[in-house]
Amino acid sequence: MGARYVGAAVARVEDPRYLRGEARYVDDIKLPGLLHAAFLRSPHAHARFRGVDTARAAAMPGVVRVFTFADLEPFLKPLPVFGAPPPGLAERIRFTIRPTVQYALGPGIARYAGEIVAMVVADSRARAEDAAEALEVEWEPLPAVVEMVAAARPESPRLYPDWPDNVAVGFTHAIGDADAAFGAADVVLEERFRIQRYVGMPIEPRGVVAAFDRRDGTLTTWNSTQVPHFVQQGLATALGLPPGRIRVVAPDVGGGFGTKAAGYPEDALIPIAALALGRPVKWSEDRREHMMAAAHARHQVHEIALAARRDGVILAVRDHIWLDLGAYSGWGIVLPYNTVAHLLGPYRIRNLQVEVAAVVTNKTPSAPYRGAGRPETVFAMDRAVDCLARRIGLDPAEIRRRNYLGADELPWDLGMPYRDGNPLVYDSGDFRSALEAALAAAGYAEFRGAQKRLRERGIYQGIGISGYVEGTGIGPFEGATVRLDLAGRVSVATGAASAGQGHETTFAQVAADALGVPLDWVTVVGGDTAAVAFGVGTFASRSAVNAGSSVHEAATAVRAKLVRAAARLLEAAPEDLTIEDGRVSVRGAPGSAVALAQVIQASLPTFARAGVAAPDFEATACHHVPTVTWASAVHVVRLQVDPETGVVTLLRYVVAHDCGKVINPRIVDGQVHGGVAQGIGGALYEELVYDEHGQLLTGSLMDYLVPTAMEVPPIETVHLEYPSPRNPLGVKGLGEGGAISPPAAIANAIEDALEPWGVRVTETPVSPARLLALIGSRRTA
Amino acid sequence: MKPAPFAYHAPRALDETLGLLARHGDEAKILAGGQSLVPLLNFRLARPAVVVDINRMSGLGEIREEDRQIAVGALVRQRRLEVWAQQGFPLLADALRYVGHHAIRTRGTVAGSLAHADPAAELPALLVCLEGSVVARSPAGHREVRARELFVSHLTTSLRPDELITEVRLPRLHTGAGWGFLEVARRHGDFALVGAAAVVSLADGRIAEPRVALFGCGATPVRASRAEAILAGQPPTPEAVVAAARDAAGALAPESDLHATAEYRRRVAQTLMVRALGLAIGRARGNGP
Ligand SMILES: Cc1cc2nc3c(=O)[nH]c(=O)nc-3n(C[C@H](O)[C@H](O)[C@H](O)COP(=O)(O)OP(=O)(O)OC[C@H]3O[C@@H](n4cnc5c(N)ncnc54)[C@H](O)[C@@H]3O)c2cc1C
Repeated sequence: MGARYVGAAVARVEDPRYLRGEARYVDDIKLPGLLHAAFLRSPHAHARFRGVDTARAAAMPGVVRVFTFADLEPFLKPLPVFGAPPPGLAERIRFTIRPTVQYALGPGIARYAGEIVAMVVADSRARAEDAAEALEVEWEPLPAVVEMVAAARPESPRLYPDWPDNVAVGFTHAIGDADAAFGAADVVLEERFRIQRYVGMPIEPRGVVAAFDRRDGTLTTWNSTQVPHFVQQGLATALGLPPGRIRVVAPDVGGGFGTKAAGYPEDALIPIAALALGRPVKWSEDRREHMMAAAHARHQVHEIALAARRDGVILAVRDHIWLDLGAYSGWGIVLPYNTVAHLLGPYRIRNLQVEVAAVVTNKTPSAPYRGAGRPETVFAMDRAVDCLARRIGLDPAEIRRRNYLGADELPWDLGMPYRDGNPLVYDSGDFRSALEAALAAAGYAEFRGAQKRLRERGIYQGIGISGYVEGTGIGPFEGATVRLDLAGRVSVATGAASAGQGHETTFAQVAADALGVPLDWVTVVGGDTAAVAFGVGTFASRSAVNAGSSVHEAATAVRAKLVRAAARLLEAAPEDLTIEDGRVSVRGAPGSAVALAQVIQASLPTFARAGVAAPDFEATACHHVPTVTWASAVHVVRLQVDPETGVVTLLRYVVAHDCGKVINPRIVDGQVHGGVAQGIGGALYEELVYDEHGQLLTGSLMDYLVPTAMEVPPIETVHLEYPSPRNPLGVKGLGEGGAISPPAAIANAIEDALEPWGVRVTETPVSPARLLALIGSRRTA
Repeated sequence: MKPAPFAYHAPRALDETLGLLARHGDEAKILAGGQSLVPLLNFRLARPAVVVDINRMSGLGEIREEDRQIAVGALVRQRRLEVWAQQGFPLLADALRYVGHHAIRTRGTVAGSLAHADPAAELPALLVCLEGSVVARSPAGHREVRARELFVSHLTTSLRPDELITEVRLPRLHTGAGWGFLEVARRHGDFALVGAAAVVSLADGRIAEPRVALFGCGATPVRASRAEAILAGQPPTPEAVVAAARDAAGALAPESDLHATAEYRRRVAQTLMVRALGLAIGRARGNGP
């Protein structure tokens, strides 16, 4: 057996350049004659504007051109939208879907503060900003629609006057017979939960550089994106160029989290400016722009009800869900349907009734962010379950034991379609074992004793649980091309661009094993449309499943080609050959081994002879992924609350999770840690706050509080491997999971710590002031 | 986020600096560590016509130990004073470690923090609690401005535009005095939501010379003078401390913002004052003769 890499904790090959500060981000792209763009963005949440007076700005030093809607009209097509229901889903559920049309430059109306009104291109960014300030716009403010539940009412002012209300996506859905179950229940628990607006905050903001080469008619654009092939398709439509004339490169990307998976105005505007001016143009988003114009996320309200028996067995769930989409609905059913599809999670519940309204408001448009509907829905469900447990006097661990699905019950068919239109069937896992593993690792039973003793000394500690089951690795495919050079070294290209996840390591592990070569023979390129013809991108925990499977398939095909050529060279039967450590040999005859380089070179013609086989050591695969695989986890957190100041201190965090076959435990740990950190942000710190006029109040990182290393406690991971039967590697998606459960687990733990006062946490983030107000109201009551 | 255009000067000599400040008046801004000014410039919230960078000036980088006080030059970085204070001035080290993060303290100056006068900042409160002062220079000469006269309002001091702080004077604690410095912030390194600094001595088993400053709960750091009067001469009991803290909190006029309500600030100011005094009394007992 040669070396095996899948499953091994090999060090990340991309890290040295990150750690040395040598990574190359979009802002590091410097081209001769480069110009810089800045934008005038609407200061109003909702306003019409007539004409932009550009005269003063255009005359300022260094200014090359000012672009308004009128200048660019022929180029401007509505921005791409996603999320139409696929056939299997459209047949089962009647959706109301009202598409919104968004232009890269607004034609006379702005629907959120931050929407682009005009673009200035100058010889430096500072001068472009100076000129943008000097643009004069005549505004006519309109009423701002800010709060989602009010916005959904028919009497609310509307963003789109031809709609009957502000609901962009609406539907109802039921499985089983919820009415009967509620009628028969011993206990009905009703609660209202609010999940705030918050979002991934990549350290690198967005950025675009574009250069048009007149000599060969190609446009190259560097874009800090998770989805280079989507950007390519969008530009092909906007510019009327064939995709082959447009090269989109996502170089090193400093975090994506979904924020960089959306289609943005700047993706088109910068290339358009480069074309119009015949010079390369750069735009580097600054943090201020990022806060107001890069996608926001989360933000839901749930009015949830549980029907249960006295012994804690949950019979049915009803949930009325509002989602705040912001000003445009670019993602169709994705967020609302994800929310519904993940509501029941690990619980054995057969009756469900939901009503969903995804609402447009005069705020920054939202997009899927790490978890994409799951953290919100899990918050509602797991908070409700804890409230129910308290109501009937059961321990939160015990109520989960009674309701979690076990291995013997899988595969489990929820009786509804998934977002891709295929039946929603949990393929593998064991949620009860995950629960026990997490409880054991966190020392749950012992903690209960310690908790009591501490409380007697005035120290309030709590423990909280949350679990989820997550559809991961949405298809339908990812492209991968595997190709050998003369020395047998391997290059792997995929459409799954990396934003730091470690693709260069994991895909190299997969390819090295499939080919039988040393790991350091493999170089992985992601994020270059010139390197792989067809691709989708990195989001929705999809890369290991989709790109991993395609890399495996393509590498396996290349291996077959190598074996065929080696068989000719060694005059042996192909089935007798093995490849290990980059050498081919006849099984059982190690002396016969030849280097892969020899096989490849023997396939090339010389003056003396033809090649032994076709010199084709390349293959492309787009492995078909019709539906998702189901990953799962249980999180347990221990924390302490200071009831005099409302400050919450996290003490320990345990994650017992199943992502199928683990390709690299070190990378998996890192992904879990990062997700948990962002979940902690959602639980305790982060919130995009708007005032009643639709003005963003948290416009900088002074006010939008991302947790730092100091706020993140030690995180322990327990890897439970239940391989997925749905792909050749047995893997499941993992990128998002860490972010799903922390808000629910932490809120549950806070309530647990403050049990003597019966505090009920119904919204996040749980800031000290919010918590002290809750404690105060219970103490005096 | 690029600043609006400005003229930039980096004088070396004091005369030159003072000359520039006198010439440009409130059109000019002094740049020290830049940790507060540069964000304001980049947001275009401050739009000075002239920036006078004092980082190349000589003679402002010293920490001078005197009998009753230490004198900290205008270019002494917060981190340097923190390291220095770990030996002989633990209250100072306690306060400084709450200021931002290591990287920020490595650039940010002690004098710059005082000149910036953020009411939620640690150093202004410390200056008030210690009854320290700053030395301000202008072409007209120099004057010593005491803490209680320095802080006028939110981000506003009584310094004139042509004045440069050259030195910060921090009185040492009396032998046997105890101290407490506490704050609550949203995250490590954030400005305080609210905080309390306390110094007390014990004489014949009674509280002597109590001094308390609260921050994050008014337009300037707040000296709790009436509470100090309540405490002075009392036995150091929890009841006395709570009574004084309740009085101090009652006199506050905090504001609500994104991060905390006025009510929160008032309540927690009281809590932190109790705790800081508790620490101070404990230390005074430990230190006592
Ligand atoms: C992320 C971050 C977190 C922070 N957290 C905290 C915190 O928790 N607590 C805290 O207290 N501070 C915090 N700060 C601010 C920091 O302490 C600053 O260093 C300090 O407020 C200003 O000092 P500076 O030397 O950087 O001054 P600068 O930013 O250069 O100047 C600040 C102001 O003081 C004036 N000034 C500077 N020097 C003089 C002088 N010698 N004479 C007259 N006027 C002068 C300037 O003109 C300007 O108006 C934080 C800063 C950052 C970036």
